Amino acid sequence: MDYFIELFCSGLTRGSIYALIALGYTMVYGIIGLINFAHGEIYMIGAFTSFIVATVLSIYGFPLAAIVVVAGVAAAIWSSAYGYTVEKIAYKPLRHAPRLAPLISAIGMSILLQNYVLLAQTSDFLPFPELIPEFAFMEPIAHIIGSSDIVILLTTTVVMLALTFLIKFTRIGKAMRATAQDRTMALLVGINVDRVISATFIIGSALAAIGGLLIASHIGQINFAIGFIAGIKAFTAAVLGGIGSIPGAVLGSLILGLTESFATGYISSDYEDVFAFSLLVLILIFKPSGLLGKAETKKV
Amino acid sequence: MITVKEVKKSLLVSLWFVFLTFPLMVIKVNPYERTVSWRWSNMLYVAIGTFVISLLAKAWFVRKERRMARQQDSCRSRTPIIQKILQRPGYRYPLAAFLLGAALAFPQLFSTYQANIMTTALMYIVLGLGLNIVVGVAGLLDLGYVAFYAVGAYSYALLNLHFGMGFWTVLPIGGLLAALFGVLLGFPVLRLRGDYLAIVTLGFGEIIRLILENWNAFSKGPSGISNISRPGFFGMEMSLDQAMIYMYYLMIGLLLVTIFVVNRLQDSRLGRAWLALREDEIACQAMGIDKTRTKLIAFSLGAFWAGLIGVIFAAKTTFVNPASFTFMESAIILSIVVLGGMGSIVGVILGALILVLLPEYLRALSEYRMLAFGAILVAMMIFKPEGLIAGVRRVYCYQGRKRNTALKNDE
Repeated sequence: MDYFIELFCSGLTRGSIYALIALGYTMVYGIIGLINFAHGEIYMIGAFTSFIVATVLSIYGFPLAAIVVVAGVAAAIWSSAYGYTVEKIAYKPLRHAPRLAPLISAIGMSILLQNYVLLAQTSDFLPFPELIPEFAFMEPIAHIIGSSDIVILLTTTVVMLALTFLIKFTRIGKAMRATAQDRTMALLVGINVDRVISATFIIGSALAAIGGLLIASHIGQINFAIGFIAGIKAFTAAVLGGIGSIPGAVLGSLILGLTESFATGYISSDYEDVFAFSLLVLILIFKPSGLLGKAETKKV
Repeated sequence: MITVKEVKKSLLVSLWFVFLTFPLMVIKVNPYERTVSWRWSNMLYVAIGTFVISLLAKAWFVRKERRMARQQDSCRSRTPIIQKILQRPGYRYPLAAFLLGAALAFPQLFSTYQANIMTTALMYIVLGLGLNIVVGVAGLLDLGYVAFYAVGAYSYALLNLHFGMGFWTVLPIGGLLAALFGVLLGFPVLRLRGDYLAIVTLGFGEIIRLILENWNAFSKGPSGISNISRPGFFGMEMSLDQAMIYMYYLMIGLLLVTIFVVNRLQDSRLGRAWLALREDEIACQAMGIDKTRTKLIAFSLGAFWAGLIGVIFAAKTTFVNPASFTFMESAIILSIVVLGGMGSIVGVILGALILVLLPEYLRALSEYRMLAFGAILVAMMIFKPEGLIAGVRRVYCYQGRKRNTALKNDE
């Protein structure tokens, strides 16, 4: 039973990290109908930035709390800046191009960013400094759920609530929902659509950066290639929940996290990534609109 | 032409990039020795580089706008010079004969090493032409193309290992197996929208690679299969050099067949259906084209070519392992198609030659190879979506009544 609960908890942790990345995919897709292939790379850059900042600060002997806050903020700032720039360079000029064009451009951006980090930093796996300490009060249940799992779950919950608030009640959130529903109409009622799209990329990238920081400190090492697999899995989660739908992305991520956790726990860990891909193929065959997504009807 | 305002804008852009690349380009930490190195010179390179690129990009857009304005009144689309030459039979056949002669004489004129590199380039040309059917002509973005390549390579490796089957027997089998995989994957997915197809094929490519890596009993895992026999030629004994040259001629032969088939296909009923599907699916369905079937044929035909080249790859290197079939390989083939020009045979050939031979001869730049591929994909989409040599689009235009009647009289 303990093993089951352990797997369940690690599945939840995994799922909540996927959710942070999947939200970026689903929000961008909802607004401009583009699969932002470079999103996984933004997450990787978030993890790398926080790694660099945290290591530099710890070398200069700053206290742990300061390191966590500064690394998190820096990761969010730089990831958002990258997300914003990627949109401006690779997607904005192609807004009226045929569908294939922005998709190819996005793949190019993903390859470009990966190799940029590879060349600017290193191809080795780097040890990520331990940012989350083992809490003393967690001692009795430490064999089931670790301290970092708790921190990740709490952080993601807070972030999700903040995002829900942002989208439901703020001005920019309303503008985002309006743009997602009908871009032309949003333009007509005076919404600056370009700004909304930029905001979406910035928010999505900041979420991915937080995910990057959390998972890097959870796993303990990073590499320039982590974005690729994480990106695909998060995308799978977003499709599972119904791409374009924000609660769907969270639900899909949790399901994917749990599936992976149980599958690796009970079946085999060799095929960890195969489960996610197979799940993706299965959903697309049987229910391409996802669990909470709306079926799309195309008008001529 | 370049105003002060534009220079100022470019300065701002370069400042922004200095900020953007600061943590990754300037700071480098060594977590083991706990040292930090600050590489300030990189900051200067970034500033200068982005400033120049941004100015060039602006100049390009200005030029493009002017050209568009000029073209507005003439309805004829610009065909690239190379395509114009190729369209005229008077130039076309001598040129083709010359190129063929040069290709045939190549191994005699240069060393076996050069011929070997050329063989690789020829393989990528055929792969590019195969993917061109799928991406360029039918407009289906296939990101797992390398999976079919792997199916071909492994089918030869395994059939050779277990049953001792020869190259010529497996060549069609490998191709057909890959096509079968294409049908199996395509059948459920091709009903979906284009972007889903991209992701599913990407996932499929990874699944194939992961299975090859982990299923040791089947594929010998990451260590791969070695000692695959080379292709035979009526039982002749060949030295390594001769085998290489034989491989080269084999590839020339396959390339000619491919060019012939692809060229004929493009003008066939099926080829026109693909082009139409690429442009507008709904209109196609209204015209009575079976969408799924047409797409499926394109998909499996592309896979067939990848399978063939896979078999040849296994025979050429006499060794296969999963590391040769990563997503990056798919990305390279896609870059070839995009750089050359989607849907254009001449373009794909040129694209493959550039992307394979350049890194081969500029070894110093090989580190930046993948970076360049990524940049090419983005830049081509933004600046020149039609590629280096655009495919010929037939344009029918109304040239006024007088001209029309005159033409009729000529007939």
